[in-house]
Amino acid sequence: MVTTKHTLIALVEDKPGVLNRMASLFRRRSFNIESIAVGRSEVPHLSRMTIVVDGTTTMVEQVRKQLDKVVDVIKVSDITGDDMIARELALIKVKATSSTRSEIIEIVDIFRANIVDVASDSVTIEVTGDEDKINSLLNLLRGFGIKEISRTGRIAMARGASGSLPVEKKSPKAQAKGQKTSR
Amino acid sequence: MKMTGAQMICESLVREGVEVIFGILGGAILPLYDTLPQYPQLRHILVRHEQGAAHAADGYARATGKVGVCFATSGPGATNLVTGIANAHLDSVPVVAITGQVARPFIGKDAFQEVDITGITLPITKHNYLVLDVASLPSIFKEAFYLARSGRPGPVLIDVPRDVFIDQAEFHYPSKVDLPGYKPTLQGHPAQIKKAAKLINEAQRPLIIAGRGVIISGAYNELKQLAESAQIPVITTLLGISCFPESHVLSYGMLGMHGMAYANMAVDAADLIIAIGMRFDDRATAKVSGFAPHAHIIHIDIDPAEIGKNVRVDVPIVGDVKAVLQELNKLIISTEHIDWVQQLDDWRKEHPSTVIRDSEGLLPQFVIRKIYEVTQGEAIIVTGVGQNQMWAAQHYWYNKPNSLISAGGLGPMGFELPAAMGAKVGCPDETVWCIAGDGGFQMTIQELATIVQEKVAVKIAIMNNGYLGMVRQWQEMFYKKRYVATPLSGPDFVKIAEAYGFPGLRVKHKEEVVPAIEKAMEEQGPFLIDFMIEPEENVYPMVPPGAALAEVLEEPRKEVPAWSRRSTP
Ligand SMILES: Cc1ncc(C[n+]2csc(CCOP(=O)(O)OP(=O)(O)O)c2C)c(N)n1
Ligand SMILES: [Mg+2]
Repeated sequence: MVTTKHTLIALVEDKPGVLNRMASLFRRRSFNIESIAVGRSEVPHLSRMTIVVDGTTTMVEQVRKQLDKVVDVIKVSDITGDDMIARELALIKVKATSSTRSEIIEIVDIFRANIVDVASDSVTIEVTGDEDKINSLLNLLRGFGIKEISRTGRIAMARGASGSLPVEKKSPKAQAKGQKTSR
Repeated sequence: MKMTGAQMICESLVREGVEVIFGILGGAILPLYDTLPQYPQLRHILVRHEQGAAHAADGYARATGKVGVCFATSGPGATNLVTGIANAHLDSVPVVAITGQVARPFIGKDAFQEVDITGITLPITKHNYLVLDVASLPSIFKEAFYLARSGRPGPVLIDVPRDVFIDQAEFHYPSKVDLPGYKPTLQGHPAQIKKAAKLINEAQRPLIIAGRGVIISGAYNELKQLAESAQIPVITTLLGISCFPESHVLSYGMLGMHGMAYANMAVDAADLIIAIGMRFDDRATAKVSGFAPHAHIIHIDIDPAEIGKNVRVDVPIVGDVKAVLQELNKLIISTEHIDWVQQLDDWRKEHPSTVIRDSEGLLPQFVIRKIYEVTQGEAIIVTGVGQNQMWAAQHYWYNKPNSLISAGGLGPMGFELPAAMGAKVGCPDETVWCIAGDGGFQMTIQELATIVQEKVAVKIAIMNNGYLGMVRQWQEMFYKKRYVATPLSGPDFVKIAEAYGFPGLRVKHKEEVVPAIEKAMEEQGPFLIDFMIEPEENVYPMVPPGAALAEVLEEPRKEVPAWSRRSTP
């Protein structure tokens, strides 16, 4: 069985326990969640999550349907095959001496990243992009000595006018109509 | 009007049509119990263990189609409910469980009798709530009951901290729920229904496999119409039993591990499977790769997550079984499948799975058949788990809709007595027979006190084989007869009944069976019969674990040694 990376987008109600319920469905099937990112959506009281998991298409489709059954989940879509924009943000603290600092700044510039903090023996870099970009920046910085990395995990969205979840300008009630099919 | 949380809960229960609550109190839930006398329309039945409360609510719900309700206190009360909640979840039974919780300031502090019951029951409930604000009680109750009974039914748990019962707020019961994330699909997609009809109209060897979804949606007539108009044989899952009269010429019994040989052979030979309100459980399908190898599969179910979960499906239809069948039936061309039906009849003649052999000893199959005869098939049968369950499924003929109550998905021993109690409380005018295993019966035997105190006239038939019989059967067949930890002693069950305050009889011989059952039926109150059955009687047919349905083993002749049974065709 070939496993591939899947990007799921979920629109969920902002209620305690939602994350738990969703995580529990993955845990039960021994899925390793590669990343999960949650934040407010354009609709009040609704959050949007981006979940990246590795699995076979049928297994992921099965969990997607189970996730969709969670009462506080409005809708889940697997946008893996779609044309999507995917971004991640990383903060990277790198060792820097007076002799290496300018070289680090040069690399940061090439990657259109920013230096957000400077200390006597380190700099902290902020970078946004897809995973490949962040990974290549990390590779280049490794030689200087990385002290700390913090990554947000992927957030994603389908390209084009219509989103995967057409919720703009609609109240939660209206957008749910005809969209969610469960049980 | 201002009310306390406890009053709001009682008020909500009344509005939801609740009449009976099974439960046990304790410190955390005491304020709710203290309010009960203000609501005499709510009958509370004090059980002897919270597992009994959950199973009783489950049995009540299955028998009546209404939501079953149970109460428990925080901590151990709540954890004791867990088996019953999991059982209701796996078998899609509408149950609302209300648990007391420690007061809000104590939550998260490992307070006395604090457990995270919403966390524990998260994967075994359809939904659950921890109530943090008394004002949210009415909408939570409205939602909970709606969720429990609508769509694919299931259990909902509401955890209420002690101080929320006491807090006060205005009571407004909402008329509608607001659940944007929950919209069950009821109507099937017309294009899918058309595709299904085409497959059915073209099939040479169609076969209906009907499950509990037919019972839940009350689609008895629609199913019958489909079967009769195109002359399609019907088999059922364990939980589907009694959704189609077993005396019907098109009925071919149950499929699966202990299904009828001819039903399993039919699955193997069919060119079209019409699966209705069932979920392809592994006990029903046996080895999935060998399941219905020649058939297209139509799957009708209200839960989209069931589609394609275990078995590949050609035409899925998501919707309420009754609504879908009504539409589908309009497109079915009336026809016959004479050769196919003849084939099934021949198989049934050659492999008569329900024939009871002559025996000196008392056979459980014979006992079940006699219960069928004496009750004229009009009873509600509630089973335990194990051999007794399979014999009850095989040897009683279920012609009356919704007349078998059995725990399929979880299979918890000890279900029988509390579930039978719940069924009888819900249907006081029906005869309810509890078919118990001597092992399982000892797991919830304490509910005998409840049936006596509450005057619940359940008739109990213990299939006493002195073994954890189903496991012993596996040891006999697959572990070279090493009976490790399966021989089981028990008390004198007749004396137990007497000690609890109701009569019973012990039956050792065939001739005593019918008189004993008749005696039980004449008795006004509960009655217990301890049937001393053949200790090493096995359940046949059997599809060995890991085999395909077609590899079904039938009852071997007595001279065939046990070790060779696996190779019996
Ligand atoms: C709570 C629980 N524990 C263990 C099992 C495993 N199990 C399945 S059937 C069975 C034997 C049941 O014995 P008994 O109630 O006497 O019924 P019999 O099979 O003898 O009819 C056991 C132990 C179970 N299903 N449920
Ligand atoms: Mg036994």
